[in-house]
Amino acid sequence: MEKEKLFEKLKEKHPQTILGSADRFGALEIQVDRNAIADVVRTLRDDAELAFNVLVDLVSIDYSAYPGWTGERFGLAYLFKSLTLGHRAQLKVAVPEGEPVVPTLSGLYANSDWLEREAYDQMGIRFTRHPNLKRILNHHEFVGHPLRKDYPITKRQWLSANESLMDEMEVRLKEKGYE
Amino acid sequence: MGMTGEGFPAVTTRRDAVVSWGQKNSLWPMPFGTACCAIEFMGVVSSVFDISRFGAELVRFSPRQSDLLLVAGTVTFKQAPILRQIYEQMCEPKWVISMGVCASAGGFYNNYCTVQGIDQVVPVDVYISGCPPRPEAILEAVLKLQDKIDRPQAVPPAQFKVKEPHFDY
Repeated sequence: MEKEKLFEKLKEKHPQTILGSADRFGALEIQVDRNAIADVVRTLRDDAELAFNVLVDLVSIDYSAYPGWTGERFGLAYLFKSLTLGHRAQLKVAVPEGEPVVPTLSGLYANSDWLEREAYDQMGIRFTRHPNLKRILNHHEFVGHPLRKDYPITKRQWLSANESLMDEMEVRLKEKGYE
Repeated sequence: MGMTGEGFPAVTTRRDAVVSWGQKNSLWPMPFGTACCAIEFMGVVSSVFDISRFGAELVRFSPRQSDLLLVAGTVTFKQAPILRQIYEQMCEPKWVISMGVCASAGGFYNNYCTVQGIDQVVPVDVYISGCPPRPEAILEAVLKLQDKIDRPQAVPPAQFKVKEPHFDY
């Protein structure tokens, strides 16, 4: 689908929550209200003419050191691709520093579980109704969010005990019927 | 060392000399490989470089069965308690070789998640430089360690003094 048609179709379906669009190096960026991201993404996935069946990536951005930036401090970029129709889309969400909370997509795309956990771990953006929102890369005793621009990059934190990951294992065992 | 008696097939020596002779020529390494240095270690074990010429070819993947911990690769803070636990599971006497710049000093990972040298977690006997080290460097580290086992009373020069780990689990 053409980029302009795609934007018009989305705007028609969600006139209140699609805030605008921009051309980013030839790719279409659609700005969405953060509280409505799950509804818009449901349209992207389920509409037969859009059929975005892959969530390629979820990128969290800290704009605090961005030259000339006046918007909210954090941003999220969702990258989608349709394997059947071959087109792509990028949704952009502004996230305020005081309340970095965004609805989860984990009911729509299975891989958003880990992508959102990474955004939470490294940037401190929380996702409401996420089934298992905990750190994925850093250890559980880590304090702070290292990819934020105000985290000192060489500030190191010791882990005092082994991280056994048995809590993850027990869920898998229960799923497979070994208790 | 000397012969005793007329034609009697025996030699005399000190007991600790025999023990250290046995220890240094039958090191059983346990590779703690976390990065590309571990790939280089495979090259040292296999036939071209052949670490078995120095008696250290019997690679065990259990700390209970080995006496040489060979830390090859980057150690993160998430890995550090695991490394410490593996070191404590090894039986005495035991030695540690820190292979490559990441294990020795953190390498170019000067960031929030990498341990800046495993000597903050376990005591290290021999450090190897390089990224990754040449196989010859690993062989030389084994020879250096054999020297150290042979002469435990020898005091290393001040710049080679082994640091005590400062983080206590």
